[in-house]
This record gives sequence, structure tokens and C-alpha cells, in this order.
Amino acid sequence: MSMSLDSAMTGTQNHDDLTRSFAFTTQLDAVMTWGQRNSLWPLAYGTACCGIELMSVMGPKYDLARFGAEVVRFSPRQSDLLLVAGTITEKMAPVLVRIYRQMLEPKYVLSMGVCASSGGFYRAYHVLQGIDKVIPVDVFIPGCPPTPEAVLDGIMLLQKMIKDQNPRPWKQNWKAPEL
Amino acid sequence: MKHLISFDELKSDFVKNQSLQVEKYIFIDAFGDQAIEVPKDDIVVLMQFLFEVKQFDFLIDICGVDYPDRALRFDVVYHLLNSITGQRLRIKSQVAENEGVESVIQVWKGADWFEREAFDMFGIKFHGHPNLRKILTHHEFVGHPLRKDYEASRQQSCATSLPIHFDNEPGSPGDVLNPKLLPLNIGPSHPAMHGTLRVMAELDGETIVRANCEIGYLHRCFEKMAETHPYQQVIPYTDRLNYCSAPMNNIGYCKAVERLLEVEIPPKAQAIRIILAELSRIADHIVAVGTGGVDLGALSAFFHLFVFREKIYDIFEKLCGARLTVSLTRIGGIGNEPPEGWYQLILDFCDSMDKEIDEISRLMLDNKIFVKRTMGVTPIKPQEAVAWGYTGPLLRATGMAHDIRKLKPYYGYDQLDFKIPVGTSGDIYDRYLVRIEEMRESVKIVRQICKNIPEGDYTIRDKSIVLPEKKDVYGNIEGLMNHFMLIIKGIKPPQGEVYDATEAANGELGYYLVSDGSAAPYRLKVRPPCFAIYQSFPSIVKGSMIADAIAAVASMNIIAGELDR
Ligand code: SF4
Repeated sequence: MSMSLDSAMTGTQNHDDLTRSFAFTTQLDAVMTWGQRNSLWPLAYGTACCGIELMSVMGPKYDLARFGAEVVRFSPRQSDLLLVAGTITEKMAPVLVRIYRQMLEPKYVLSMGVCASSGGFYRAYHVLQGIDKVIPVDVFIPGCPPTPEAVLDGIMLLQKMIKDQNPRPWKQNWKAPEL
Repeated sequence: MKHLISFDELKSDFVKNQSLQVEKYIFIDAFGDQAIEVPKDDIVVLMQFLFEVKQFDFLIDICGVDYPDRALRFDVVYHLLNSITGQRLRIKSQVAENEGVESVIQVWKGADWFEREAFDMFGIKFHGHPNLRKILTHHEFVGHPLRKDYEASRQQSCATSLPIHFDNEPGSPGDVLNPKLLPLNIGPSHPAMHGTLRVMAELDGETIVRANCEIGYLHRCFEKMAETHPYQQVIPYTDRLNYCSAPMNNIGYCKAVERLLEVEIPPKAQAIRIILAELSRIADHIVAVGTGGVDLGALSAFFHLFVFREKIYDIFEKLCGARLTVSLTRIGGIGNEPPEGWYQLILDFCDSMDKEIDEISRLMLDNKIFVKRTMGVTPIKPQEAVAWGYTGPLLRATGMAHDIRKLKPYYGYDQLDFKIPVGTSGDIYDRYLVRIEEMRESVKIVRQICKNIPEGDYTIRDKSIVLPEKKDVYGNIEGLMNHFMLIIKGIKPPQGEVYDATEAANGELGYYLVSDGSAAPYRLKVRPPCFAIYQSFPSIVKGSMIADAIAAVASMNIIAGELDR
């Protein structure tokens, strides 16, 4: 079961597998992805200003709970969405990678703000120029900081990706950096 | 400008002290700041003297400045403050590349992290400092980034994290752990550490035997970025220092540059700046109190308070279109005229905020669990706090009514009716008490100003400082030329240096700005309030329970953006 789920997530079904009826797996997948996308448990990796704006997303007005993603877990073992909100410095990079590796599959990464996505306007000696240098990212949200609406949009995009079972080559081809 | 203390008086006092080489001193009085250049061998004796005899009780900041063409390459700069009179003094000393200077940690223990930072950034050695190691950059980083010959964009990757370590103390080296005790690492990715702080401790049961904190996980090279950007473009970077109250950082920075340019902003701009500053103070305290509650397990205060923070963001958004990182001020005034109905919006907010403060104070301060978790926990005495360099709500919680808005009023704070709330014991409970009362006072200030907005322009109209309005840029050739020239050439303040401080939400936010006459700052050092406060953490939590340490971190309201810069 876990095998088929895993391969379904990565979009590499083994179509020769005669033990699985096509109709059956799509339906099961549909149920699984429905469950997954509506109960994303984020690990809020808020390091800077974007983390403050992320609080607004969680807070009463924008209310991430409407998207089933309000159960913030600070343990990587319990969460499936790594929400990186804020600048990641060179000093922080090994910590981020370790957290990512500790998360269980299936897992997704959302990069909130230009700092996390590309280093932003910190073209500077101590700032990692984008977290995609060290971990695979599914959705980038632009903005400095992105408005809460933009973050919600990013989450909806991720939900859609899960629903459509988009292939994720960036994740498949990811190799843990030598840390 | 008249000073509280004259150089003649200082000189005559100095000569009485045989060990000072007064004849070599250079006394500088420029841009309203007093500075003395002294030989480096005199530093400790001089500091001791200023501390004991002249009552300079605060060591506000220590920093380096690099002049690569000089034989004695570095300036070590000390900023002192006499908290009773408000007198400030800057002491500078030159050191060569491979020399060092005596540490002043014996005079003020708050010199600890400041000296480590100067060492990290410039490689200046401080003899006698027990823990002179890197502080902001990672441990694999080679070189000293704020030296002029270090390229701003040269990154060095880091593959590992340091193991648990402590400060060296007599008889107990920092990197040797005690096998009988339990080592514990919290953070940097931990909810109570706000994502970027790392605390290490050795525990006996639940009691902390020794603790240490590692910072620098959010070192975004603000000061280097400032050196490589023109004056106007530094403003957005300042937003991201203390991002919980971004406008205050804009204001502090612009105020420093304006002093260097020797311009005075119009009354209306001053009034708007006060409104922005006080609203940000409220927003900052909302975050401090709200997340402080969360760290103790009280979620409801957070949800309650954040509704009001959203209202403040709405007010900012109405003015400039951004919520959090607003960059509202310009050198010379404010970016634009507030929209119609803006002041009324603020007045409405004030009314609802008053009620909310009552509610929140009932919800938190009268809550039995909250009281038990905070009252009498990690208290600190005023003298102790001053020695560490505490300012802001944490210092006032100890009972010292120190506030720059009263001590050296700017922008007409002296015309306003407000009080400085103080605590009595300096414990965690008092810190929240002071913050909640300060919100009340800020509401009072904002209300007074909104009812009484001065007429006139919102910015000065000096063509070499302020960009023309958009309608002129698009409408006539002079405006277009003016815009073009100012963008290409930038603002060029005269050569010189200033230190300017404002009362930010966490305490004294200072900007030390050195100009070489070019369009970008030669050096911009920020004196972040929580840097001085947080360095005391290992010593104040010693002997308390681990859960109390969490409450203590939360009450300090450490904002990594300004801590690590
Ligand atoms: S993207 Fe902007 S708001 Fe977000 S962490 Fe970076 S500087 Fe701060």
C-alpha cells in the first residue's frame, strides 16, 4: 500500500502491475490526495519578517484553518508541509536540511518570500541565495513579505498540485547536499 | 549647540589623573556630538574614570570602522551615556591591523557581545576578553566581512553546526561538558526560540547549571548592505531590522541622516512620524505580549491581540500600500500625504484599542497561571540591568524611568502628555505589565496628535535631498531632471559622523553613521536594543528551571532581525 501510494505521489505508476486495477487505484488515489491536500500540517519555519506575516496568515483574519492547514506542528516528524518563511542564512542552511530530512513522506516545501526563494535583496556574504540550493521546493511565493492572500494562493496551488498528482522532478532528482 | 558637559571641564579633570596622556587627546565637537580621540593604551583607565567620576553609567555600543589606507587601520568606537543628565560621549581609538586593545569588560560587563562582534566583523582583538570568538558569522567563515576589502557578495557555505558549548569561566572551559549533567539544545528551529535563537544548557534535573546562547542565524549583513547602497535605498533594509515595528527603524535611520545633513523636518512630518512610531510600538508590544502568552501556553491572548495588530496594518496599508515592511519615511520627511479620513481611522482604532487593553490585562495579568509562571521569575536589579546595557521596557520593569522620549525629547514629545510606566522588581510579570501600560500611553499620544495635526508640508523641498512629486516628474522638465539627478547621483551628506538614538519598542535604537561625503554611508552601525539585553541571558537563567528560561526568552522580546542584523 505504502509503495503504491508513494509511486502514485511521484507520478511513476508501474502500469505493468496487473495486481492493481486502474479504476481502483485512481479512486483510491483520489481519496488519498483529497485527504492529503485538505489536511496539510505545516511546520512553520519562520525565521524573519516573513514569519511575522505568516502569523497573520494563521491568525484570525486570514485564517489558514479554512484550508485545513491550521494544525501547526513544530516537530518535523508530525508535519508534511515545510513552510519556509524568512531569510535562510548560510549558518542556518545545515539546520534546514536536517529538518527537511527528518520529515516523513509524503512531504512538500513552500518557500514564502523572496529571501527564501532567492536570497531577495540580500546579495550578501552570509545569506543563502535561495533554499532550492539545498532542498527541493514545490511552490515559490513572491513578495517581501508576500501578502497573506498570496500565501493562501500558494497553498491553494500546492493543493491543486497534490490533486492533479503533478510530477515533481525537482524532488525526485534531489540529492542531499554534503552536509 | 550647548552641551551639558564642556571639553574644558573634562580636560581639567583628565589632567588630574596622572596615568592619562591628555596631551595626545583630540577633542571633536561636530554635528552636535562630542567625541574624543585617545591613544589605545588609555582606554581602560579612561573608561574607568568616566564611569566612576563622570557617571557615564551606560556603555551603549562598541564598534569598529575600517580605514584600509591608514597605518593604524581600525577605529574602535565606544558610545557612552550618562542616564541622569542624558549626556552622550563618543570615545575613539585607533588600532593597527595586528594589534589589539584592552577589553572594557571589567568596567561594563555589557561590553561582552559588542567586543565579540567587533572581533568577528573586523578582526580587532580585545585583550582580556574571556570569550573572544565569532558571534554572528558561522564557524566555518574565513575572514572579517566588514573590512572594506571583503566583497559584499562573497558567500561561504557552511556544512555543520557547532556542538553544544559554553562560555569559558575560571576553572570550567566552555567546550568541556560535565558528564554528570544533562546537555540540552533548544533551537534554532524551535517554537519557543522564535525560529532563529539557539539556547544550550546543562541541566541538573530541571535546573539550569549553565547556559549559553548562540546567535547569528539571521545575520543578513545589514551593515555591509548599507555600505553598498545609496542613502535612500538603505531605508527598506532598516525595515527588516525589527520587523515587528518596522516604521520605528525607518524613523531612527532617517533621523540620523537628517542630522548629518543638518536639516529639520517640518512639524507635520514630525507628527506623522510620532503617530507611526507609537502605532508600531503598540504593534510590537502586541507581538511581544501575544507570543509571550503562546510560549506559556495561553493561545487566546494571541488571537485576541492579533485582531488589533491587523487593524494597525490596515492603517499602514492605507497610507502606503504595504503592511509590514512599510518604508514610509523618506530622508527629509514622509513619503506622501496621508489619504483622507486617515486620522479618523486612527482615532477609531484608539477607541477600540483602549477597550482591548483592559480586556487583555484582565485576561493575562489577572490570570492565576500566568501570574504563577511569571511573578518573581528571573528578576533583575536596576544596577545590574544598566551594567548589561538594558534599555526600554525591560529596564523600566526594574523601576528605572529611563526613556529617551523624556530624557532627550525629539519631534515634540515634550509637548505631549504621557507617562513612563515603570515596574518594581524587574521580573517577567513586570515586563508584561510595563508593556501593557505602555500601549495605553501610546494610544494616548496618538490620540493627542491626531486631534491636532499641524498644517503644512509633509516633507522638506530641498532638491538635493527629496525627490520631486510624481506629477512634476511626469509633468515638467525640471521635475524630470531633478528626479534623474537625484537618483543617479544620490544624496551626498558632508563628511562626518553622528550617533543618533530613538526610543524604539525594545529600547534604545541607535544609528552610528559615518559619511565620507559619497552617496552611500561609509559605515552604518546599528545599536539594536535586544543585543545588549540578550547577552545577559546565560547569567540570569542560571539556577532557574528550564521552563522559566523559556518564559524569560519570551519576555525579552528578542527580534532576530535586529539582534543579528
Ligand atoms: S522576503 Fe522580505 S519580508 Fe520576507 S524575510 Fe525576506 S526581507 Fe523579510
